[in-house]
Formats: sequence, C-alpha cells, structure tokens
Amino acid sequence: MQTPNELKYAASHEWLASDGTVGISDFAQDQLGDVVYVELPEVGRVVTAGESIAVVESVKTASDIYAPASGTIVAVNEQLSGNPELVNSGPYGDGWLFKLDVTEEGGDLMDAEAYTAANG
Amino acid sequence: MVPFGGWDMPVQYAGVKAEHDAVRTRAGVFDVSHMGEFRVQGPDAEAFLQRVTTNDIGKLKPGRAQYNWLPNEAGGLVDDIYVYRVGAEEFLLVVNASNVAKDWAHLQAHAAGSDVQLTDESGRWGLLAVQGPEAAALLQPHLDVDLGAKKKNAYFPARLFGQDVWLARTGYTGEDGFEVFVDAEGAEALWEKLLTLGLTPAGLGARDTLRLEAGFPLYGHEFAEDLHPLASTYTWVVKDKEHVGRAGIQAQPPVKLIGLALERVPVREGYPVLLNGQPVGHVTSGTSSPTLGHPIAMALVQADAAHEGAYEVEVRGKAQPARRVELPFYKR
Repeated sequence: MQTPNELKYAASHEWLASDGTVGISDFAQDQLGDVVYVELPEVGRVVTAGESIAVVESVKTASDIYAPASGTIVAVNEQLSGNPELVNSGPYGDGWLFKLDVTEEGGDLMDAEAYTAANG
Repeated sequence: MVPFGGWDMPVQYAGVKAEHDAVRTRAGVFDVSHMGEFRVQGPDAEAFLQRVTTNDIGKLKPGRAQYNWLPNEAGGLVDDIYVYRVGAEEFLLVVNASNVAKDWAHLQAHAAGSDVQLTDESGRWGLLAVQGPEAAALLQPHLDVDLGAKKKNAYFPARLFGQDVWLARTGYTGEDGFEVFVDAEGAEALWEKLLTLGLTPAGLGARDTLRLEAGFPLYGHEFAEDLHPLASTYTWVVKDKEHVGRAGIQAQPPVKLIGLALERVPVREGYPVLLNGQPVGHVTSGTSSPTLGHPIAMALVQADAAHEGAYEVEVRGKAQPARRVELPFYKR
C-alpha cells in the first residue's frame, strides 16, 4: 500500500498535495474496490474543510468525499468521467479528483506516518 | 470482511469485477456456509411442507431441488428458500443466514401436531457454490458421478476429491454450476482443493452483482415480511393450494417490481423512483452491471405506474433518466 510522504491525509482518506490537488488514498481505493463513477464538484465552488463535496462510487457502494481544506475548487479531473477506474490504478496520479485554491487546511490532517499507523 | 447474519463474510478477494467476470466467463467458487439448513423428516413431512410453502412440494421428486417461499399469515414472506428432496419422507431446506432463527421458530410453530421431525443442521454443513460455464467440466474429473446426467435442480450424493458430499445443480448467479454440501469440518480442505482447479474465489460483492444481473430477488431487499411477494417477477412460486399465506397472498399487490437501466450514475437501495417528476416508488437493489457496462436496478413502484417506459431516479437531489427493461437483465 502506497502512502507518499509529501502528502497530507484526512481521517476520511482524502490526500492533499502542497499545490492543492486532492485525491483518495491507495488504502481507500483498495477498500472501495472497482470504481465505476465519480461525481465531482463544480469549478468555482467555495468549500469548507470537512464538507462533503464529491462522491466516488464503486460497484458496491457510494462513498462521500470530503474537502480536506477550505478554499475554492479551481480544477476537476475531467478524465474521470470517461475513466473512473483511474482512481484505482493511479490514486496519487491520473486518478486525482480536484484541485483547491486553499485558504485554510482542515485541522486534523495527518502526515504519511500517522495515516499509515491509523490504517495499519 | 463484513459481519453478515452472525458470520464474518468476505466482500471480495481480488475485486468484485474480476470475480464477477470469472463466474460469467469461466468459473468461480463462493463459500456460502453461512446459509442455514433444516432437515424435515417423517410421515407428515410432505404434507407439512405443502402447508408452510407456496410452491407445489408434491411435484418435487427425490433427487430434485425446488425454489420456494415461506409465507406468513398476512401474505408476506418469512423467507425464500430452496427445498431439496432426499426421499419420500425426507427433505433438506436451505434458508437465508439472516433468517435462520426466525424460520426455525416459524416452522416449529407450524409443525405442532404433525408427525414430522425438524433438525437444525446449520452447524453441520459447509456450503460451497461452484458457478460458471466451466463448472461442470472442472469438477467432473474429481467426481464419482456423471454430471452430464444431472440436469438443473438435480440433488445427489457424490464423492468429490474423495470427500463425501451432496451436490445440487443450483446456484444464485444465473450461470450453470453446483452447490456442494460438505461436512463443516471438511469444508476448508475442500475449498483449498477447489482452488487448485483454477476456480476464482468470489465474495459477497460478486454474489450480489451476479444475482442482480440475473434478476434474482434478495431477501431484505425485494422480499420482506411486510411486502407482498407477488410484486416480484416470481409469481410462479405461488401455486393454487392450501397454504399458510393463501388468504394474504390472494389480494392484488399495490406495488410491482420492475427493472431499470441507467446511463452512467449508479443508483442504490432506497433512492426514489419518479414518473413525470412525481415519486412512484424506490430502488430495492442497484449496482453498476459489470457484464452490461451500465448501471442497473430493481425497483418497487406503484402497480398503476409500473408499465411506463421511462422513469427517473433521484440521485443526491438530481433526477437521472432510467428506462424500464425486462428482468432478468442478463440471461445465459
């Protein structure tokens, strides 16, 4: 299971990069199984850390995705509309979800070590 | 692993889609030991089962299996079950794991005064389901019986890898296959041997997507104590005979089960079904169909709104177009 050191992680399994890119962790995509649909937020939407703003659906279930930081949605991964399975194959790469112009990070973000320990 | 009916059950091994595809194209194996088994024996066994089920037990010959319903007095279902006839006065019932205690109490209550012996053998049996188009060919070299002579719903004793088992040519996937009843102590060894045949181990996730594609109702979703079973497409299970639920089941159901196909957005149990913007029912089971490549769902809708071609399903506040399709979604 990959948990890159340069990212921060929410307890709800989203990762946040220093440039505001957000995705779900390798652990989360593995737990979800085959992703078949991703519902992303509108570009320009102002979101608050902890707010449910997207949905990742696997064959089995629909899972809410929460904003790991407050800010404005400045981009979404359009590739996911045709290829939602990218979330499985590249959770830290092509399977990213959206990009935030961060104004304030959520209070409970963990580093890779703490996230790994929490989901060991 | 998830808790289910008092058991810890694997949702998936390699992944739902891979397991699903393996069963559709080759063969997979499910550990369904969580299912309950009751033996019914005695001079009144047939008459007793005629009374507590809706299908015609009289038509069930020794060595054959039959899908059946346990109705309650109000016409709802206590459970949907499989009945296997061992002999003139002996049957094995396979019931849903989550309903074992309820079914047992129901059958006990109705057995009073009959010359019938009920035995809860749920702890005795492991149950492995080998399902898929290659199931028979894979099992045959390791069996002492000719599977070619065993039609759908056959039920017979055999030796598989030298272990004594009972086999039934039944399953819950819409594919050919066999359910293997094996002593609980021998189930793990048999599972390991089956895996050496190249069978893909499959979990509850694939079991659900397969049964939904095949249009099979699932207790707790399409069936319930307070739900009229004739709303389902399985009305043939109710025969014209005296049985516990006869009076309740005779009424026309106010709702009907339909199949829906959607373009992209998966819909889940409980989502509202709309007709011309008005709610007319709800989704009972929904998934993204691995075989068909688009979302499918079963839904209960008001009977007078059940014959339209186009509906909408409300997903997170947005109406998604859905068209009605005949069940099953997939047929081998």
